[in-house]
Amino acid sequence: MDLLAARRAKNAVYVALCYAASAFGLIFLAWILIVLISKGLAGISPTLFTTRTLSPGSGGGLYNAILGSIIMTVLGTVIGTPIGIGAGTYLAEYGAGSRLAFVVRFINDILLSAPSIVVGLFVYQIVVVPMGHFSGMAGAFALAIIVIPVVVRTTEDMLRLVPTPLREASAALGMPKAMVVQRIAYKAARAGLTTGVLLAVSRISGETAPLLFTALNNSYTSFNLNAQMASLPYVIYQYAGSAYSDWQQLAWSGALIITLAVLTLSISARTLGTSRTKR
Amino acid sequence: MVDYAASRPADAPATLFDRSKALARFQSGDDLFRLLTLAAAVLVLLLLGGVIGSLVWGAAPAFKAFGLGFITSTEWDPANDVYGAATAIVGTLVTSLIALVIAIPIGLGIAIFLSELCPPRLRQPIGIAVELLAGIPSIIYGIWGFFILKPLLQAYVEPAIIAVTGPIPGLNVIFAGPAYGTDIFTAGFILAIMVLPYITSISRDVFATVPPMLKESAYGLGFTTREVVSNVIIPYTRVGILGGVMLALGRALGETMAVTFVIGNAHNLATSLFAPGTSISATIASEFAEADRGLYTSSLIALGLLLFGITFVILALARFMLMRIEKKAR
Repeated sequence: MDLLAARRAKNAVYVALCYAASAFGLIFLAWILIVLISKGLAGISPTLFTTRTLSPGSGGGLYNAILGSIIMTVLGTVIGTPIGIGAGTYLAEYGAGSRLAFVVRFINDILLSAPSIVVGLFVYQIVVVPMGHFSGMAGAFALAIIVIPVVVRTTEDMLRLVPTPLREASAALGMPKAMVVQRIAYKAARAGLTTGVLLAVSRISGETAPLLFTALNNSYTSFNLNAQMASLPYVIYQYAGSAYSDWQQLAWSGALIITLAVLTLSISARTLGTSRTKR
Repeated sequence: MVDYAASRPADAPATLFDRSKALARFQSGDDLFRLLTLAAAVLVLLLLGGVIGSLVWGAAPAFKAFGLGFITSTEWDPANDVYGAATAIVGTLVTSLIALVIAIPIGLGIAIFLSELCPPRLRQPIGIAVELLAGIPSIIYGIWGFFILKPLLQAYVEPAIIAVTGPIPGLNVIFAGPAYGTDIFTAGFILAIMVLPYITSISRDVFATVPPMLKESAYGLGFTTREVVSNVIIPYTRVGILGGVMLALGRALGETMAVTFVIGNAHNLATSLFAPGTSISATIASEFAEADRGLYTSSLIALGLLLFGITFVILALARFMLMRIEKKAR
């Protein structure tokens, strides 16, 4: 066989494999989404959102779990975001080339991908053990620790995209540095900073592992941050592993809700992010 | 515009002093803001220190009781309060290895498709779709894996592999039946799908650092796509790809909920990938609630410390490699 034909044949196989790999990835995404919709949709009803979790066979809903998830996610974001933005600002605006910034950046990148179950253990050790019981506060605290590195990373990246002449022009008008950062750089990077927060929210709203031994679960509707608190992922974990078909149905419906919420958040974060960089 | 200086009464000297006061306020505000951001940055460091410190503190009783034997012992017996981490460590490493073996070729294939073969119009939607795989929460992979994927693997894929490898010595030990379904292989397979987007997106990023001139010269010399990829793009980006793989490995090692659903949570060290096992994260997740606060809890925290230690090293290596390629791109 002549050389060219052999090379062409090899190339055709190679290209076909690349197509196949892409199909593989997309098939799994579609498969998971289709299964979630077909299994979860059956259980979506108004009572799902208005009734709390009950014992099997008595037609409970997920109200307390959804509420608990929202409370802890919001609280985790509120605690984590200012710290994340502050540290990100230091990395981009003040410490840029310093040794401290190098170390913080490196450590932050590691925290970004650190196992979330370890975060749960950490919060168990420093909050749950001293307090003597599980609590919604501990859950929110664990989620905040996951928010911080995400926000630090995007804040630094986005502030770096703000053109330096903009800062120089405002400094030349006599603005002190803090004001340049707050009034000019934050404003210019607003879309990017929002993206970071949205990404962080989408990341923590599906997290289960850090809640296993911090917030635990609560079958009653509770606003008390000092007591155990239910969360959607935890209830899914508990119900999916149970032997009752109505609990399993609730688990699938909860899974559908959570996936839709998370994917909506991450898609809107992405579109916001790309519209920012295109300009 | 109104001219304030002109409209102000001439006998109002107080305004002269306001300037220095305003300046002082500016400066103190400036320092305060700088200190606040510095404090936030230092807090990130303290967080890591706190995580390590609290885990070491919690793990101390277990290491005191079992010494380094904790790492090498395969015995895990809560009834007699004897604990060894070897089974869980091996489970974690083997499932992650399976994940990489499956995800590296496929992830690279998708990255090559997206950067070299895909029509530009489809590039963004397909790229986002693959990255959405990373956005799906781990618990969803768990319930999907347990109810949908596991029965399929158990009924079709695993028996097929057993039938093919049966006559081959060596392989028939690794792929020995019966097919449980909830086993090491299923856990590795789910992990592969979960880390796929990390390998793809990092590979895409580092592929973009290859100077177009290099690629165009190669195409101009008559290289086929395969030859451009394997002779130009991959050699140029090798370190970056390795960084991406390490990052994916770090993710796979620490993944908890999905693995907990399908690994079987059995403390036995089997030679077959089709036998139930456990991993560090799955052990912690499934047993922590029932552990009393004595040696059992401490042993589980010690497992967490080991997991954190392993992932820390892997992730640090990943970052180091990615930093090298970033410098090269600049």
